[in-house]
Amino acid sequence: MTDLTERLPVPEQRPRTPLTGPIAWARANLFSSVPNTIVTLVVVWLVASAVPPVIRWAVLDATWSAATGKDCRSDGACWAFIGEKLRFILFGRFPYDEHWRPLVVVMIFIAMILASCDRRLWSARRLGLMWLTGLAAVGVLMWGGVLGMSYVETDLWNGLPLTLILAVVGMVVAFPLAILLALGRRSRLPAVRALCVAYIEIIRGVPLITVLFMASVMLPLFLPTGVTIDKLLRAQVAFILFSAAYLAENVRGGLQAIPRGQYEAADTLGLSYWQRTRLIVLPQALALVIPPLVNTFIGAFKDTSLVLIIGLFDLLGTANAALTDANWRGFFVEDYLFTAAIYFTFCFFMSRYSQMLEREFNKGRRR
Amino acid sequence: MAIQSSPVSRPRGAFWNDAGVRGIVYQIVFVGIVVLVGWYLVSNTLANLHRQNIATGFGFLEREAAFAIGETPIAYSPADTYARAFLVGLINTLEVAALGIVLATILGTMIGVARLSGNWLIRKLTLAYVDTFRNIPLPLQLFFWWAMLRQAAPGPRQAWNLLPDIFVSNRGVVFPVPEYDPVQPWMALALAIGAVLTVLVRRWAKRRQALTGEQFPSGWVGLALILGLPLTVFVAAGMPFALDRPELKGFNFVGGHAISPEFTALLIGLVIYTGAFIAEIVRAGIQAVNWGQSEAAAALGLRQGHAMRLVILPQALRVIVPPVTSQYLNLTKNSSLGVFIGYPELVSIADTTMNQTGQAIEGITIIMAVYLTISLTISAGMNLYNRAVALPER
Repeated sequence: MTDLTERLPVPEQRPRTPLTGPIAWARANLFSSVPNTIVTLVVVWLVASAVPPVIRWAVLDATWSAATGKDCRSDGACWAFIGEKLRFILFGRFPYDEHWRPLVVVMIFIAMILASCDRRLWSARRLGLMWLTGLAAVGVLMWGGVLGMSYVETDLWNGLPLTLILAVVGMVVAFPLAILLALGRRSRLPAVRALCVAYIEIIRGVPLITVLFMASVMLPLFLPTGVTIDKLLRAQVAFILFSAAYLAENVRGGLQAIPRGQYEAADTLGLSYWQRTRLIVLPQALALVIPPLVNTFIGAFKDTSLVLIIGLFDLLGTANAALTDANWRGFFVEDYLFTAAIYFTFCFFMSRYSQMLEREFNKGRRR
Repeated sequence: MAIQSSPVSRPRGAFWNDAGVRGIVYQIVFVGIVVLVGWYLVSNTLANLHRQNIATGFGFLEREAAFAIGETPIAYSPADTYARAFLVGLINTLEVAALGIVLATILGTMIGVARLSGNWLIRKLTLAYVDTFRNIPLPLQLFFWWAMLRQAAPGPRQAWNLLPDIFVSNRGVVFPVPEYDPVQPWMALALAIGAVLTVLVRRWAKRRQALTGEQFPSGWVGLALILGLPLTVFVAAGMPFALDRPELKGFNFVGGHAISPEFTALLIGLVIYTGAFIAEIVRAGIQAVNWGQSEAAAALGLRQGHAMRLVILPQALRVIVPPVTSQYLNLTKNSSLGVFIGYPELVSIADTTMNQTGQAIEGITIIMAVYLTISLTISAGMNLYNRAVALPER
């Protein structure tokens, strides 16, 4: 028997086009077809005509230091404005000499958020302890009145620390409430279920702004005559009530994903409702919903900017207030870009983290 | 041997161990607590209102509002009642929400499809758009757009002339509109007739194809009906057409249709923000359809367009519709942020009213009732649609 390959001599051929390398990559990703090539050229032209003016405005023609806004060049960015207003945008009217306190507060928050992202530290007790200690430290630093620090009213808590406090305290307090609401919504007792559904759906059906209005105008009316309630606390209550409804829906998603067998097995072992919930159902359900919880937290973080409506100065509030200085008029683009960059940094980091978690959690389930 | 059947009696323990009895007791206690807390709050409120001499009830709606509104889609003057002011606010809310939903859907779908483009540049640029605008709070974006239109845009005399007859200035955007002509209602009627006929033709074509296998170009016929009938009416009437153009007279534009900087800023903000979310939903929905479905469609001999329309899209829509619905609801609720930039929508009217009359509870009740109604209507409508696009399962 003759070998077939001997009778069919295959001439040695090199591939006509390279299969790897930058040229092959450009061929596959930029010039794969005629329409694709046209699109690429149009986009390149658009980018090429948009980028140089932006760079000229932001870097080349920009003014980096100036005594007042009038010294800034009119055709470029006035970053001197940010330099002048940096501490005001970040900390607002907090006593100027005490700015190290809100600065430490912001760093505590960032450290706690970063630590919570490390899965090696994930244990309810350890994280709970860390957050309680951290929040206590935040309270001491902001209020003062002890350890030789002067007392600072909540009216002067402005800027980034206020944004972080509203978002974080809101989530931490709303979370247990949300678990109860979610359990109530899945309850077999019709009266409990109906009340929980009504609460969740009403809160989710109205804009946050109305809940804030309600807290700011109606909360004082709810309390007995003579009892007053701090403006910050009112906003915080509104945030807790609002976040609880959204978190409850996240938790419910996790509860629904737990197979029936788990409930039945717990019942077979003779566990009571609360033992079953605490030991079997919740640990599994909550682990499932961590990525959506992070997304809800991002939403809450962005939503804190709405407290402006009831007269609190969070980061967006101080950014707006910085624009009213008569010596520095008309630098809203620099101001908003800078503020947006701060919000973006926090939200982008957290959203990437939640996407990473989701991928890790789904590893076992993907083929 | 006869099997003796004895009536099965449950072992009776103490009644407090009976799950049913316990359930009832728990519910009574729970409802009792809620009612007690509610009663406590209401009695406090009534006492406080009495002390402040504020009358409760919706009687104030009949009184004269005595404040002007910047944008009035229906006739309104400060001499009108608060009820009419609320109506103006509601129409403004619905106007920006409806237009926003349409534009955000178009933008979101285009960006979502472009996120899956084969072109690397398009992929990266759309990713940058989505990441940027999703991660910046909407109020900040609204302030930015509003300041752009209010402060950065020139006065009417130096207005930016984007396209012929379209001007952007710090007074807003003006563009030409066709002048009214008696033939226009007839053209609208012809359009409606064309649409109805198209539906009928499609039904007939589907039934015929099911019976005989013969295809009928119902798409082209439908297009011809929908465009052709109004066009025929237009031509038959002698093509009466005139544009109402904006012209610079004195310090502002006269003629054309003008939209305020507030409305424009709110619309731009809502569309760009919500569009980024919709884009991600559309991308995820298309990716959720198994690749095997496209291959199976190709194996059956369906052309690419048919495969998309008959196989991929129906399955992708099933994934896309529920989250997009909640984005529509978000957009509608977010339109309340117009209060930040002075767009006279419902919340901003209610805010003014509450400041003038002190009727906070009634004002908030009205806003909540309106938004709950809108939310429930949109979700009911989308549920119907969702049922229509859901694949029939066994």
